Amino acid sequence: MVAKFKGQYGTGLESWTYLGQNYLIVDRALIPDILMLLRDSEQFDYCVDLTAAHYPTREKQFEVIWILYSFERNERLRVKTSIADGDSIPTAVGIWPTANWLEREVYDMFGIQFAGHPNMKRILLPDGWKGHPLRKDYGILQQDQEWVQINLGIESGQ
Amino acid sequence: MNERTMNDPTTHALSHLDLDTKDETFLDSNELVINMGPQHPATHGVLRVILKLDGEKVMGTECVIGYLHRGVEKIAEHRTYTMFNPYVDRMDYVAAVSNGLGYCQAVETLMNVEAPPRAKYIRVILTELNRLASHQLWLGTHALDIGAITPLFYTFRDREEILKIFEKYCGARLTTHAFRIGGCLYETYDGFEKEVKKFLAFVAPKIDEYEELLTTNRIWVERTRGVGYISAEDCIALGVTGPVLRASGVRWDIRKAQPYAAYSDFDFDIPIGENGDTYDRYLVRMAEMRQSLRIIQQAVDGIPEGPIMAKIPKVIKPPVGEIYHSIEAPKGELGYFIVSDGSTQPYRLRVRPPSLVNLQALDQMVKGQMIADVVAVIGTLDIVLGEVDR
Repeated sequence: MVAKFKGQYGTGLESWTYLGQNYLIVDRALIPDILMLLRDSEQFDYCVDLTAAHYPTREKQFEVIWILYSFERNERLRVKTSIADGDSIPTAVGIWPTANWLEREVYDMFGIQFAGHPNMKRILLPDGWKGHPLRKDYGILQQDQEWVQINLGIESGQ
Repeated sequence: MNERTMNDPTTHALSHLDLDTKDETFLDSNELVINMGPQHPATHGVLRVILKLDGEKVMGTECVIGYLHRGVEKIAEHRTYTMFNPYVDRMDYVAAVSNGLGYCQAVETLMNVEAPPRAKYIRVILTELNRLASHQLWLGTHALDIGAITPLFYTFRDREEILKIFEKYCGARLTTHAFRIGGCLYETYDGFEKEVKKFLAFVAPKIDEYEELLTTNRIWVERTRGVGYISAEDCIALGVTGPVLRASGVRWDIRKAQPYAAYSDFDFDIPIGENGDTYDRYLVRMAEMRQSLRIIQQAVDGIPEGPIMAKIPKVIKPPVGEIYHSIEAPKGELGYFIVSDGSTQPYRLRVRPPSLVNLQALDQMVKGQMIADVVAVIGTLDIVLGEVDR
């Protein structure tokens, strides 16, 4: 499968295995094509999870990760791509509807925008909240003091 | 939007709700937007559902979640692997043992160690007992939501026996923290096997009792059959797992598909449904309870002697790398994605909560149904808000 993809897309794609788990590192530009192909021709019909990780020291700070499963092959696969802060990434809602809330959560926690998402807004935190908690520069005790004071009527949530 | 909804005090929160303004007939209809929750006995926690109604018919829903958000994933980045272990029990608090099993196995995978056979059997026994307890709690509350009060007393009475076994084993009833990375901390207490066997003999006829109350009960059947239908294709597209997926006819269970712990040693079936409605989901869960009993019986009979803890260092420092590991929790696929940077704390820990993903299917399942069925569908999805919001 990887050989076929490489023939088609060349250098924008690398495959790795760690502790028996396979993952693909894909260029951001190829993401919509690769995800669509994985679903349609490789039977990865179930998007298990969609998440991200923040690496502040890297040039491209964010890694977005799709965890896929194929019922037909009984196989898991992760797809990863790196993007810079402020970059957006095409939505996967059209490929797997389950991505809808998962992308909203990634936006909520990391501030990564998904282009073309039908309802790109916060999901777990309140709409008016400032900051994205799972970024590494967001402190563990940090909160949106102003929001807490206005909406909860208390000095601090701590 | 007609005048009635314009004056509705809840309208300000609905600006984002996708109101279908193109449909002329819909505009003329007697549309009403009402708010259910967050404090509502049938939402099983603090879930707020905004319902768009036409008379009694549900035209659309919007879930507002996050009321119980505690930032579990952020906390994980600031705790060592060992310190974080008790936190996972607080997500799906009615199936704390499953949460702990998933986490411990994920870290073990990352460290490339395996728990000893005896520990694996103890894990299976406790996890299956917990699955039974979780299904009992689901049955009691689900039936209560639909209007049957008696099953609640029956299931809570019998669930108590499971909690007693947990309490005797590890001192806690709900948030058990039963397992440690590398195996189990506690050896089974004297008479553990005997007590579990006694419980199995006690609970099997009780499950028949629940079924006698409900399976052919005309009110129950009419309130559940054909309600909240979802097809297998939609389940897969929406990522719905667990009993909900199986009730739609997909024979998929991680315990069989990618066995973990000692599940490959046991003989059990995966019950499936045909119609994908609330009644089939009820039947699937009832059958799953009996399968759990089968697994526990085999595990207690075949429990090997030996150590209960693998050789792991005192300070847990997994090598640099990342893994995803998932288990079949009572509610569906519970996964942990962990990135290690070689230190004592996870660099990033992501929990794949079954309840959150399953809840996303609510909109599709209740569209076009009666408002009273919303309560039935929330119950049948078996969500725990502690896990939805984390």
